[in-house]
Amino acid sequence: MRKDLHPLVMVGLVAGVTLFGRVLPTWTLSLATIAASNALIALGIVVLARTGNVSFGQGLFFAAGGYGVALIANAWGLTDAVAQVIIGAVCGGLLGLVIGPLIARYSGIFFGMLTLALSMVFYGALVKSTALGGSDGFNVGRPSLFGMTFTDTREADFMLYAVSIIVTGLAGIVATVLFRSEFGLTSLAVRENNLRVEYLGISANRVITINFVIAAIFAGASGAFALMAQRHIDPQFAYWTTSGEFVFVAVLAGNQSVAAVFVASMALELVRSFSNLYLPNTWQMVLGIFLLGIILFLPRGIGSLWIRRLHRGKDFPTTEPVVAKGIAQ
Amino acid sequence: MNFFLTIVLDGLIQASWLFIVALGLTLVFGVLKILNIAHGSFYALGAYVAATAVTMVAARGLPPAVGFVAMLLSVALIASAVGLLLERGLLKLFYGRDEVVLLLVTYAVFLILEDVTKLIWGVNPIYATQPYELFGNLEFAGLYYVGYDLVLIPISAAIGFSIWFGLNRTVMGKIVLAVIHNEEMSVSMGVRVNRVYAIAFAFGVLLASLAGALTAPKISMQPGLSSDVIILSFAIVVIGGLGSVEGAAVGAVLVGLARAASVHLLPQAELFMIYLIMAAVLMFRPEGLFRRETARRI
Repeated sequence: MRKDLHPLVMVGLVAGVTLFGRVLPTWTLSLATIAASNALIALGIVVLARTGNVSFGQGLFFAAGGYGVALIANAWGLTDAVAQVIIGAVCGGLLGLVIGPLIARYSGIFFGMLTLALSMVFYGALVKSTALGGSDGFNVGRPSLFGMTFTDTREADFMLYAVSIIVTGLAGIVATVLFRSEFGLTSLAVRENNLRVEYLGISANRVITINFVIAAIFAGASGAFALMAQRHIDPQFAYWTTSGEFVFVAVLAGNQSVAAVFVASMALELVRSFSNLYLPNTWQMVLGIFLLGIILFLPRGIGSLWIRRLHRGKDFPTTEPVVAKGIAQ
Repeated sequence: MNFFLTIVLDGLIQASWLFIVALGLTLVFGVLKILNIAHGSFYALGAYVAATAVTMVAARGLPPAVGFVAMLLSVALIASAVGLLLERGLLKLFYGRDEVVLLLVTYAVFLILEDVTKLIWGVNPIYATQPYELFGNLEFAGLYYVGYDLVLIPISAAIGFSIWFGLNRTVMGKIVLAVIHNEEMSVSMGVRVNRVYAIAFAFGVLLASLAGALTAPKISMQPGLSSDVIILSFAIVVIGGLGSVEGAAVGAVLVGLARAASVHLLPQAELFMIYLIMAAVLMFRPEGLFRRETARRI
């Protein structure tokens, strides 16, 4: 995203993709909804990864958002899709505010392990809590939008698709603006050398915390989408393999482009559903080989496919891969 | 009092096999700086291979003792081969990349092995209980225990001691320690780091599968085994300090006791307890209980 695309153009793109949903077949709609929701949480991981920290426990905020929305929906009968996304984002963000400052002191593998540990604590607590349905979870009703209820499944699917595309698109625009901002560049500096950033009078911990909270907000909203799409929630939301998949999308995308996150997420969902269809017993193997291939042949992620081409021949320093801090640091 | 003793003994039995798994994980991390998510899959692989070996021996009408030996031998053979193959054939390609990228590579291996075990052994539970009766039942302070369970404790202590001895008192071990502490310096001193890498990884796989084989008679083998084990052994090595043998021992005992205590006192809180301990340890000692401080290289 070095070649500056104006935010208004991006708004147009999002609107275009949303309207495009009218002509898509139904199965693609729900696929795209899930892909957009996964892209949102993976975007959070990319935001955080720019400070050099990779969270292996985004499932924590994913589940927090999902459970928060589900509980409020069942208690107060709140079914509005937009309100649910906001509630999910608030739940994730609040939890992020609590955990972020504590966790910002850690880096590298310890950051990853601690986030994983916290999400597993949450998972353990959820499995234990019989009030929340234990390991079976519970169901919630169909979401509505601005007072409209959707009885036709096609219309309901499109509504969810539209909301998820618009929200994720807006998050993408926010992230792009953020990446270009002073704060976004400071985050990169924290990844390169947090000591020097501290010497310059900026609190590296605060930069990490803010990025962490942003990632948590995205994850919470994503949890709300997952809930609306499945209309069911269970502790699996917080399990480590769920978080692992989101990191998977983030690595697939690389950190050079926000658009790449959407492409990567869609690619993953397509690979998953096709291998589910044709190789039902070995889809995990397909996923694993796919991941190995990407890491091996596209170390900078899917985004490098078009970003590199854009700058070929120019004297332009390329950014490091999403999680490459360099082994000799 | 008896209740307390039950918890301690159950905890130690748990700790014994967890320690062997964690030892492999911590060794691989120490040498290769890879946090190996696929480690749990190697445990599962060991358990499945052991089950096959035991069943084959039992089908020929041989005594369970032969089955026990056959299962250990077959697992040792297959695990070393798989370990060497993976390290030379796959991991080698990714050296020099970031720790987190390597973590994802092992995650991919985990996904692949998960399906490979399903393809070979199917999704139905498999049992291999014959060696479990090998050591009879023992009475201990008024409690009855399966002898096999109690025998696991000295076995794992012996394995732990030989690893410690091998690392600290032999030339090969000293070389491995040198690579753990400073790889560049070891290279310049003429150590073949690549070979150390291959051996260490194969050894890590061997330990995981050995633990799988030793526990195979106690459990039912089914999909999902590997992700449960990796979660436990992660907690252990992080509590003890990544790359530390003593740490793995202390972490295993802590996790084993926590597991046994919660099983007896508060059954549903098992996973919760273990990760609470891990989070608490990380809060106060981010490097784990036993990790040496390392100088920061800027």
